[in-house]
Amino acid sequence: MLELELDGKALQVPDGSTVIEAAHQAGVYIPHFCYHKKLSIAANCRMCLVEVEKAPKPLPACATPVTNGMKVFTHSDLAVKAQKGVMEFLLINHPLDCPICDQGGECQLQDLAVGYGDGASRYQEDKRVVSNKDLGPLVSTDLTRCINCTRCVRFTQEIAGLMELGQAFRGDRAEIMPFVEKTVDSELSGNIIDLCPVGALTSKPFRFSARTWELARRKSVSPHDGLGSNLIVQVKHDRVMRVLPLENEQVNECWLSDKDRFSYEALNSAERLTRPMVKQDGKWQDVDWNVALDYAAHALRDVTKNHGATAIGALLSPHATLEELALAGKLMRGLGSENIDCRLRQSDFTADGKRRGAPWLGMNVAEIGELDRVLVVGSFLRKDHPLIAQRLRQAAKKGTQISVIHSADDDLLIKLFAKGVVAPSQLPLLLAEVVKAVAEAKGAAIDASLQIVMRSGIQTDGAGATAKQIAASLVSGGNAAILLGNFAQQHPQAATLNALAQQLAELLGCKFGYLGEAANSVGGYVASAVPGGEGLNAAAMLADPRKAYLLLGAEPELDCADGAAALAAMRQASSVIVLSPFKSMAALDYADVLLPVSPFSETSGTFVNTEGRVQSFYAVAKPQGEARPAWKVLRVLGNLLEIDGFGYDSSEQVRDDVLGGKPDFASGLDNGVDGVAIELPAAGAMERIADVPIHFADALVRRAPSLQATADAVAPAARMNAATLAKLAVATGDKVAVKVGAGGTATLAVQLDSGVPDGCIRIAAAHATTAGLGPMFANLTVERA
Amino acid sequence: MALLEAINPLLSAGWQKGGHEWRLENDNGWRLKDYEARGGYQSLKKILETKMSSDEVIAEVKKSVLRGRGGAGFPTGLKWSFMPKAAPEKYIVCNTDEGEPGTFKDRDIQRFDPHAIIEGMIIAAYAVGAGRGYNYIHGEIYELYQRFEDALDEARAAGFLGQNILGAGFNFELFAHQGWGAYICGEESALLESIEGKKGQPRFKPPFPANVGLYGKPTTINNTESFASIPFIFRIGGEGFLNLGKPNNGGTKLYSVSGHVNRPGNYEVPMGTPFAKLLEMAGGMRGGRKLKAVIPGGSSAPVLPADIMMDCTMDYDSIAKAGSMLGSGAVIVMDETTCVVKALERLSYFYYEESCGQCTPCREGTGWLYKIIHRIEHGQGRPEDLDLLLTLGGNIAGRTICALGDAAVLPIQGFLRHFRSEFEYHIENKKCLVPPDVQRAGSTFFTRNMGQA
Repeated sequence: MLELELDGKALQVPDGSTVIEAAHQAGVYIPHFCYHKKLSIAANCRMCLVEVEKAPKPLPACATPVTNGMKVFTHSDLAVKAQKGVMEFLLINHPLDCPICDQGGECQLQDLAVGYGDGASRYQEDKRVVSNKDLGPLVSTDLTRCINCTRCVRFTQEIAGLMELGQAFRGDRAEIMPFVEKTVDSELSGNIIDLCPVGALTSKPFRFSARTWELARRKSVSPHDGLGSNLIVQVKHDRVMRVLPLENEQVNECWLSDKDRFSYEALNSAERLTRPMVKQDGKWQDVDWNVALDYAAHALRDVTKNHGATAIGALLSPHATLEELALAGKLMRGLGSENIDCRLRQSDFTADGKRRGAPWLGMNVAEIGELDRVLVVGSFLRKDHPLIAQRLRQAAKKGTQISVIHSADDDLLIKLFAKGVVAPSQLPLLLAEVVKAVAEAKGAAIDASLQIVMRSGIQTDGAGATAKQIAASLVSGGNAAILLGNFAQQHPQAATLNALAQQLAELLGCKFGYLGEAANSVGGYVASAVPGGEGLNAAAMLADPRKAYLLLGAEPELDCADGAAALAAMRQASSVIVLSPFKSMAALDYADVLLPVSPFSETSGTFVNTEGRVQSFYAVAKPQGEARPAWKVLRVLGNLLEIDGFGYDSSEQVRDDVLGGKPDFASGLDNGVDGVAIELPAAGAMERIADVPIHFADALVRRAPSLQATADAVAPAARMNAATLAKLAVATGDKVAVKVGAGGTATLAVQLDSGVPDGCIRIAAAHATTAGLGPMFANLTVERA
Repeated sequence: MALLEAINPLLSAGWQKGGHEWRLENDNGWRLKDYEARGGYQSLKKILETKMSSDEVIAEVKKSVLRGRGGAGFPTGLKWSFMPKAAPEKYIVCNTDEGEPGTFKDRDIQRFDPHAIIEGMIIAAYAVGAGRGYNYIHGEIYELYQRFEDALDEARAAGFLGQNILGAGFNFELFAHQGWGAYICGEESALLESIEGKKGQPRFKPPFPANVGLYGKPTTINNTESFASIPFIFRIGGEGFLNLGKPNNGGTKLYSVSGHVNRPGNYEVPMGTPFAKLLEMAGGMRGGRKLKAVIPGGSSAPVLPADIMMDCTMDYDSIAKAGSMLGSGAVIVMDETTCVVKALERLSYFYYEESCGQCTPCREGTGWLYKIIHRIEHGQGRPEDLDLLLTLGGNIAGRTICALGDAAVLPIQGFLRHFRSEFEYHIENKKCLVPPDVQRAGSTFFTRNMGQA
């Protein structure tokens, strides 16, 4: 600890603290622009100049380390004179037109100018003008306002991992710009809007639509990936205008992914379902709620009476709230069906009934930064979990060895220790080899289940060496973890991967866990939105089509592992009851009743994030039109169907019923499986690698226009490496018809992607153009279209 | 070129090769054999043969009181002693990004005596334990960058560079790095950034390069002339070098004399030589005109009026006492035909143009300063402008990451201290105290190029 005196107050701060950190600890505000606690120190704005005893000149508080016995004066005449001098310089070239600036009212420069600026400027020359740059569909520039603090530059380089912005030119000609003709394409790009202390970088979708003081600021939780980023949703007249991060060091720190930030646009989408609708004689009619609910209840009753309750299946979105998932499950069980599932993209359910608990991250999110060895298995990490990837990126900089085994070689912008990229079918084998290599290094015997299959001595091509390299890294660390990504969870041998990760963790004495795909991937288990007893899982409900389906927030053709099968199942059903905030063309085709329910912004509810954190939130706006919170709709349906236990007055009661109150973390979380047979399949002929692109992943983000205009939302192509191109005798740009057996087909443009392993084609899922292709994991045939 | 009395044979003797009037075809004195003929590489051999310890080498340099020739005048030996002993990877960097207006000595060392730099750097590397060195040569002298590469080839071939130098078990690799002409890259930490391939912007200090330098490793950076002086120190001994100059100002120094003198050029004189003597060596005032002012140490040094300057000797302490800086030893001489406002306008434009744009006071302030002085020069000055210049200067100086902010302000403070009345005359009368035809008569630009127009 170091002792110093700050403005006459004695203070103790940890070794290595800077003066600005000490001041923060003491509750003293030192004006600043370029300093940001998560970014490297630039010390370029000079606004934080303070007086330090014995120093001949004022020193920047952000860059001056505290020394023992130091005396700092943050508001002495010398300090304030220096700060005012800097403010004068900052303002000479800054347009003083705050009334027409989008940042007005939430501008650090404007705020500090009140305290440190003069009433009139001594500068009477011409002001600098800087031309604006196109940074893409999310971030708008007004670079004449830029004060060159370089926060945005440092963010892209240090946090997002790729220097997409820089400062070109010198002196007062200096400009912030992207590379020539390039936009800022990071999945974290929106954060530079928050970081910009002036109105130089503003939100393109939000720009000029409201003033900050007109907006109510309400807390919420992101409904997208498993992290559950904390949000401040800004609302005007019950319309969500903007989303900002709510700082939570344990979850999202002070960041948001672009998906979390900009998906709100879909809340005001023209596709919002705002009236209950019923299909009569093939025609859709707007009806009152009681008519629609009667219709739905009748349909469910009829199917139950004529075909038995097991003829009904419920496909629930893992992005639905805990309360909605619980009530939907309860409704089904009340009717007598266990055909309930929210694991829509999962294809291997052999671990069901063998699980010790609900699969989860296996640790706290914040612990990720403290790991020293990490193995990520089957994950499009950067796009599936942008902020967890960010945590790993920072960890790697501090020396954490991160290895990846996967079926795609996307640039994670993380310094990797080792990586193995193999065809999807070979992923379990590669992981098994890592297990074997770790066992050898540890002098331990491998598990009997693995021994049998490994005896044949099969090895993935050249992967034996990779496995050894990864194993050597894992055994050399003190605090390791194995993380299974979305791809591993969706994999046809997901249970094998789980069992292998478990064996690996046991050998290493370390943690292993799942990177939860959706906001309620963990919550779905907690709310029992998974089949019990003889109930059918999500895949079985489609493979063995039901007479009736209840869809909660799900769009099966895009959200299920096999979109083609899902669509066929919906079409053949005699009754499809849809609870959704949106009316899609597909649903209008196959549904019989559309019940408009609230998206996350218009209902109270709970998400249990990937670390099991229970995050409840309130509605931030009134439901649009006739839409109602889904938990209320399900309550009424339950009552109409005369099922017991639907007498809830609030969503909190539902939650408390499920969780036994409101714990901080859900209980019953355990990734362990018992008695899962290890399956190591042989390589396929031409395997599909299906990613779920970040902006196609759920119903909400699919309808956010600005996100759909980003580079991450390009239409899927058939991506393959040069060897595969040669083998198929096709070239980039060619159109090919891709088929799965006699089933699904899709016509796509060919694209060279050297990150795709041999004999594989990467075709994104969750998109209208590829939904017809069918399963995410399959062997493909290709012919010229 | 105009070296009248070469004192340091390892630095300047070769310069005489072409006779008094230097000729390109005679320009071979820089070659290794000529340098060796003058006694080159003897110091390195002596150090390695007698197995001097690194501490002994540093002690000898400290004894010489060689002060950094780049401008700051920091004792070189002391700088070397800051290098952490235990660090496994260390660098030596030579700063040949000579960009200070008025300074052209390093260019000529580079041209005529590249091996003196190489030998000095090898000795420095030996002293601080560096395994790798870079010479950062500014962009405008590309042909000298090429020459340095040739000199490096000679030195490598002769076994002065590389593995196991002269069989002494000492390894040192030296490379040339070409800059592209930004003044700011002469600032040592911006220079390091530039070598690393980044935009040349100064780093915040501390940490200093001796702890966190090139690629984050301990680094010693010295000026070209400092390195080039090292071999001579070991030839005549630290004591001998010190005694060439005066106490606290060891050795001889190169002065780049420019401006209104009859024979502008580089002059090597002992520290403490009277300015009057230097002026005489440079052929005296052109056209016999009266001396008006001198900038004694490069454009960043405050100007001194004739009467004060004529009483100075050319060393760090004397010039500092007079209220200026010896700086890089660039002596800019101005006669009575000079308009000080125009001179300052030109200097201010330089700092405005060269500010790197990183920190606020310099980025925004240098432009403002220039615009005000430009206004005064063009008859649009306001009575409050002079005080505005000084308060703005006060808000820049000492508030920036590097010394460029100070450098931009010092000339303004100097000119206003000694010539305020001429600025006031400009503002009041919207014209110069020195009539335009007199100004033109004193300018070779006009007399040579514009004829009588």
